[in-house]
Amino acid sequence: MHMHKYEKIWLIFGGITLIVFLSVIGVSAFAMGHHPPSDMTTIDPEKVKETAPFDDPGLKKIGDNEYEAVMVAQAFMFGEPLEVPKGATVHFKVTSADVVHGFSIPGTNVNMMVTPGHINTITHTFDEAGEFLIICNEYCGVGHQAMSGRIEVN
Amino acid sequence: METTLINRKDAKLSLAHIYVGFIAVLLGGIAGLLQTFVRSGAITLPAGIGYYQLLTAHGVLLALVFTTYFIIGFLYSGISKTTGTLAEGPRKLGWAGYYVMTTGTVITTIMILTNDASVLYTFYAPLQASPWFYIGLALVVIGSWISGAGMFRQYRNWKKANPGQLSPLFSFMAVMTMLLWLIATLGVAATVVLQLIPWSFGWVDTINVLLSRTLFWYFGHPLVYFWLLPAYICWYVIIPKIIGGKIFSDSLARLSFVLFLLFSIPVGFHHQLLESGVSHTWKFIQVTLTFMVIVPSLMTAFSLFATFELSGRQKGARGLFGWVKKLPWKDARFFAPFMGMLIFIPAGAGGIINASNQLNQVIHNTLWVTGHFHLTVATSVALTFFGIAYWLIPHLTGRTLTKKINLLANIQTIIWVVGMAMMSGAMHTVGLLGAPRRTAYTTYSDYPDALGWIPYEVAMAVGGSFLFIGILVLVYIVVHLSFFAPKGVEAYPIGEVADQAERTPAILENWKLWISVCVALILFAYTIPIMEIIENAPPGSPGFRLW
Repeated sequence: MHMHKYEKIWLIFGGITLIVFLSVIGVSAFAMGHHPPSDMTTIDPEKVKETAPFDDPGLKKIGDNEYEAVMVAQAFMFGEPLEVPKGATVHFKVTSADVVHGFSIPGTNVNMMVTPGHINTITHTFDEAGEFLIICNEYCGVGHQAMSGRIEVN
Repeated sequence: METTLINRKDAKLSLAHIYVGFIAVLLGGIAGLLQTFVRSGAITLPAGIGYYQLLTAHGVLLALVFTTYFIIGFLYSGISKTTGTLAEGPRKLGWAGYYVMTTGTVITTIMILTNDASVLYTFYAPLQASPWFYIGLALVVIGSWISGAGMFRQYRNWKKANPGQLSPLFSFMAVMTMLLWLIATLGVAATVVLQLIPWSFGWVDTINVLLSRTLFWYFGHPLVYFWLLPAYICWYVIIPKIIGGKIFSDSLARLSFVLFLLFSIPVGFHHQLLESGVSHTWKFIQVTLTFMVIVPSLMTAFSLFATFELSGRQKGARGLFGWVKKLPWKDARFFAPFMGMLIFIPAGAGGIINASNQLNQVIHNTLWVTGHFHLTVATSVALTFFGIAYWLIPHLTGRTLTKKINLLANIQTIIWVVGMAMMSGAMHTVGLLGAPRRTAYTTYSDYPDALGWIPYEVAMAVGGSFLFIGILVLVYIVVHLSFFAPKGVEAYPIGEVADQAERTPAILENWKLWISVCVALILFAYTIPIMEIIENAPPGSPGFRLW
């Protein structure tokens, strides 16, 4: 198909921009490992509380200033507040005992979906002291706006 | 100036759709206004009405009912205009579709009002609404398929009567829009009919949540292009006539619609980037396919501004930007859609952010997203639809758009843009700070960050109030143009292709080819992930009614 000269220039410009965007995303994902949370582990959503590790939720030390935070999201709570030392790396491991929930910590890049039947994981290093809020950012019912948790970083 | 009116019977069919659309705008707008007041802490709802019930009504009435009805009404009018009066068959299908859709809309609305369906318009399982809510939605979709079949038939009739000829651009684009809708809605129909209805009746105990979400978003992403393509029809075909110019290139216009069909359909996983159960490789592949829609979007931007510049220069404009002054800024038929186009620039940039593998992490499920689609569908698309209504309604009712109403329509556009700038601007900003979407008033026990979000939520309420005034002005204009404006003839502006444009290659009208490519792309993008979702499925979820 014949095209106008300016149209060609514009499309080449657009095509190059597209390639640049996709390269940035690809390098960031595959070379630097910045993937969105994509855990493939499944769980019976009706037996969450009998299934390890969710039968014993909470913070567990797994290394030098490294912790695993096992949490069950359910209408309308996230469980007990967590206390972690400053500089700690926390691996969050979360599943839902009922409907779809969100899991986000405002002020950080921690943000993921918690769907029943699946376990989702995300890691964050708390470099600053302070109190952080965990909120549910996916509608989960009438008490959704009250669904939150706390993390104390000292 | 073209002065013939389209057939009276066809006009009635279009008007019936358009009126339902604008009634939905009024009702959905009231829900929206109340939401902004609740969210900012200004009011608490009287007993009996829930915030999430209002939110469900707002989403269903505006995102599904208004858009679908207006689009079908508009497309039928343009098909009648460009291929000639509808034959009996297509017109009957149009009415059959209308009644099926309206039955579905009424059932769905009743379920929302009786608080049996506060599941929001995305109705994510395992929140479980009354089965009648899903049946109502299924009827809306089936009704729209019947309407689409009417349009396909009229188009085929025309092709048979005019062998070897290039079909009218408007009708080609209308068929493309309904084809995209048909392919997209197969996904939502599958989850509603095969999963949600049997499960909500209790015939099966559990549901595969991830599969239902994937089928929903297979539909949910092209849905936004179903809203946009009719706006593009206005920008490509109608606007050149209104500004006294010509369509820059027929082939480019058709090619961009072909590309929209191909690249907007096979992707939905970027809406699920943050959930488990989908491997990151497939997420990345779908992000790449999503980004391909940038190409037809940039082609559209080029064509439109080429048309503006060429027509300006023909009217004697000089200098690099002299043509800007030659545009008919005081003509509401141009001004409203133009503001929509302008706002599509930041809106589209926001869309690229949302679809990005990593940036999505920052804004997913925050008010940023709400701000984004209030710029795209509620501004770019809605203002274009309003701009269409300003000439289409009088054309169909045999009345005229008077100077006074034209002025009022321009004021409406300004109110809309100002209100949306405030509301959407506040949403984007507070979303970056982490404020969640779809959440009633809360300060999370006076947590300092959450208290800091309140001023933005107040700004949202102020913007929302502007928008509600805009809706009232709009409804006044629609009623006036329908029943009280002076009788006369209002033109149906259909642009002509520029003389220097190249001949359109026949391949662009090869439906078999494009549908095959589309199916191949869908199979590529979805077969393996869906197989994985079914094979590695966890035990299903029972239903929950948590409202």
